[in-house]
Amino acid sequence: MAATVDVNLDDYKYGFSVPENYAFKAEKGLSERIVKQISEMKNEPGWMTDFRLRGYKHFMERPMPQWGGQGMLNTINFDDIYYYIKPVGADKAFESWDDVPEDIKNTFDRLGIPEAEQKFLAGVGAQYESEVIYHSIIKDLEAKGVLFLDMDASLREHPEIVKEYFGTVIPPEDNKFAALNTSVWSGGSFIYVPPGVHIDLPLQAYFRINAQNMGQFERTLIIVDEGAYVHYVEGCTAPTYSTDSLHSAVVEIIVKENGRCRYSTIQNWSHNVYNLVTKRAQAYKNATMEWVDGNLGSKLTMKYPAVWLMEDGAHGEVLSIAFAGKGQVQDAGGKIVHAAPNTSSVITSKSISKGGGRTTYRGLIKVAPDATNSKSNVLCDALILDDESASDTFPYIEIENSNVSIGHEASVSKVSEEQLFYLMSRGIEEDTASNMIVSGFIEPIVKELPMEYALEMNRLIEMEMEGSVG
Amino acid sequence: MSTSLSIKDLQVSIDDKLILKGLNLEVKPGEVHAIMGPNGSGKSTTAYALAGHPAYEVEGGEVWMDGVNLLELSPDERAQMGLFLCFQYPTAIPGISMANFLRTSYNAVKGEEGEDGKKKPIPIAEFRKKLLEKMDLLKMDKSFARRYLNEGFSGGEKKRAEILQMTLLEPKVAILDETDSGLDIDALKIVSEGVNSMLSPERAFIVITHYQRILDYIKPDYVHIMYNGQIILSGGPELALRLEDEGYDNILKSIPQNGNGGN
Repeated sequence: MAATVDVNLDDYKYGFSVPENYAFKAEKGLSERIVKQISEMKNEPGWMTDFRLRGYKHFMERPMPQWGGQGMLNTINFDDIYYYIKPVGADKAFESWDDVPEDIKNTFDRLGIPEAEQKFLAGVGAQYESEVIYHSIIKDLEAKGVLFLDMDASLREHPEIVKEYFGTVIPPEDNKFAALNTSVWSGGSFIYVPPGVHIDLPLQAYFRINAQNMGQFERTLIIVDEGAYVHYVEGCTAPTYSTDSLHSAVVEIIVKENGRCRYSTIQNWSHNVYNLVTKRAQAYKNATMEWVDGNLGSKLTMKYPAVWLMEDGAHGEVLSIAFAGKGQVQDAGGKIVHAAPNTSSVITSKSISKGGGRTTYRGLIKVAPDATNSKSNVLCDALILDDESASDTFPYIEIENSNVSIGHEASVSKVSEEQLFYLMSRGIEEDTASNMIVSGFIEPIVKELPMEYALEMNRLIEMEMEGSVG
Repeated sequence: MSTSLSIKDLQVSIDDKLILKGLNLEVKPGEVHAIMGPNGSGKSTTAYALAGHPAYEVEGGEVWMDGVNLLELSPDERAQMGLFLCFQYPTAIPGISMANFLRTSYNAVKGEEGEDGKKKPIPIAEFRKKLLEKMDLLKMDKSFARRYLNEGFSGGEKKRAEILQMTLLEPKVAILDETDSGLDIDALKIVSEGVNSMLSPERAFIVITHYQRILDYIKPDYVHIMYNGQIILSGGPELALRLEDEGYDNILKSIPQNGNGGN
C-alpha cells in the first residue's frame, strides 16, 4: 500500500501523513442528519442516539465561551470540519498489529506504539481518525476481570455498565465542547478495574489524526472499583497542515472507595489543531485521583482536568505542564471541588512560554458548605523565555466553609541571566544551559511520570526549545 | 616562562559606570596571587569580567590566556580554555541535580574530542567514581550529589560545592571570589585544604578577598591592593599582614597618588 509521505517535518517530528484511505467519510459540517448517521452506522441503542441529539441541540444553542482563547475560538469554522471518518478495515479494533491495515500500522510503528507496548505497557488502544483500530490487553489482566476496550465496543458488549455511567460525570450540557463531543463522539477507551485489582503497568491509548480538517471526538470512561488501581496514559499527534483540525474529547472517571486512578497525558498535537477537552473525575471515600497533564502541541488548548471529591477523605491532584511556542496558546490548569469533609487536593502547574507563545493557568478550587476540614494547595509557576512571550494566572477560589486550609502560591520568572551565566561559566554552551534550566523547572512534574514518559517529555521539551526559536 | 593570564589595561563598566579603570596583572603558572581591597574597589568586577558576565561591559584592554584574547570568547569558551571562577554567591538552579550538572560541565570542559570533533562524554560509572573521590576530600556527604544545584545550600555548602567543581574541572587559572566570606573556621579549613590540594606548577590562582584571614590557609606568592578600579600597590605575603595591622585607610594614605584616600 501507500508509503508514508513527509509533510512539513521541519521541527515537529510527527507531522507526517499518509494518503487517505477511508471506508466512510461524512460530508463536511455538522447537522442532525450527520449525528443520526453516525449513530446508525454504529448500530447504537436508541438511548445513545437520543443522547447524541441532546448534545447536538445544546451545542447549537450554547454560545461560544468568551474567555480563554476566545480570539482563536471565534475563528473556528465548524462547517469546514469532517466530524466522522472511518478508515478502511476499521469495523472493529484488531487485537493483533498484523491485522491492522498496513499504512495505519506503519504510522503507529513510526510513533513507536507497538514497541512501547512490548516493553512497558499492560495494554494499548490506538485510534486513527474516528475509530479505534487496535486494542489489546495482557491476558492475565483479562483473567482478573479487567475490561479495557474501545468505547464503541463497550457499548456493544457491556451496554448496561455504559448506560449506568455514561454522561453522569460530564453531562451533555456541561459546556459547548462537551456537548459537541456528546453529539458526534467516536472511539476512546473504556476501562473497568474490578475491586482490589492493582494494574502495575500503565494502560495506554494513542490518538492519531491523519486527515486534513479532521475533527476527532473520542470519549473515554474509566471506572476504578473499590481498592483498585490503574495508571492510564494517553498520547496524541497529528500531521502538520495549513488548515485547522479539531480535537474535542470527553473523559469521565469514577474512582470508588480506596481506589486510585492516575491519568497521564502527553499532548503533542501539531500546531494546527484546536484542542478543547473536558476531563473530570469523581473520587469517593478515601479514593485518590491524579491528573498529570502535559500540553506541548496544538494551536489552542483549553483544558482543566477536574476532580470532584465526593466523599470523606478523597484526594485529588492535578499536575499540569504547558509549553507554548510561536503562535500557540495553552490555556490550562485544573479544577477541584471539595464536596465532602476531610478532603484534600493539590494543583501544581508549570508553564513555559517562548517565541511569542502564551500560557495561562486557569484554575478553580471550590469548597462546599459541608466540606469541613478540607485542605487545598495550589502552586503555579510560569517561566517566560523571551520578551515576546507572555503568561497569565487566573486562580479562582470559592469557599463556603470557614474551617478549611487553602494555600496558593504563584510565580512568574524569566530564565535569569545569572542562571545562564553560572552554567556557562562551567563550560556549558548557551543552548544546553537554557535547556537545563527549563528541564529543571519542570522536573517536579516530570519525575512523577514513568521513566519512559519522563524521557519522552524531556525530549519533546528539548525539541520545542529548538523548534520555536525565532 | 609563559604566563597563565595577562591582564593589560582592563577597563570595565557596569550600568554605564566605569568600575575598572586600567587593571594590569601578570599571572604565571604555579603562582598564587591575592587581590585585596576595600568594598567597591572593583575586586568582584574583576572576577566577573574575566569570566565574561554579560552585564559587565569591557570598555578597553586585553586579557591574554594561551595566546588567545579571552575578552573575545563567550563564558563557556573561557571555561573550556581552563578558566574557573569560584563564585562569591553561586546561583541556585532548581530541578538540576548536582551530579547531572557536574557531569555536563565535566564533559564540556574535560571531554576529549573524538574524530567527529564532538566531545566524548565520560562513562557514567567512571565519572561517579571520580566525583565520590573528590567529595570525600571535601568531606561532603554522598547525598549531596542528588540535591538540586545550590538550592537550599547553606553558605558553607555553597562554597564547598564551588571548590568541588574546581577540583573536578582542574582549571589552569582559578579565581576565588571572596570564597572566605560567610565561612566558619572549620569550613574555611576544609575549603582551603581543597584549594591547597590543587596547587601545582601548572596552575595559577587569583584569590580575591577583603580579609587577610583566608591567606593564613592559602599562602599567596604576591599580594595586590586594589583601589578605585586599579591595583595601586603590590608586594609579597607581608603586604597582607601589614594591611591587617594598619587597615586599608592607613595604607592608602601612605601611597602618594592616593594621599587623601579620596576619589
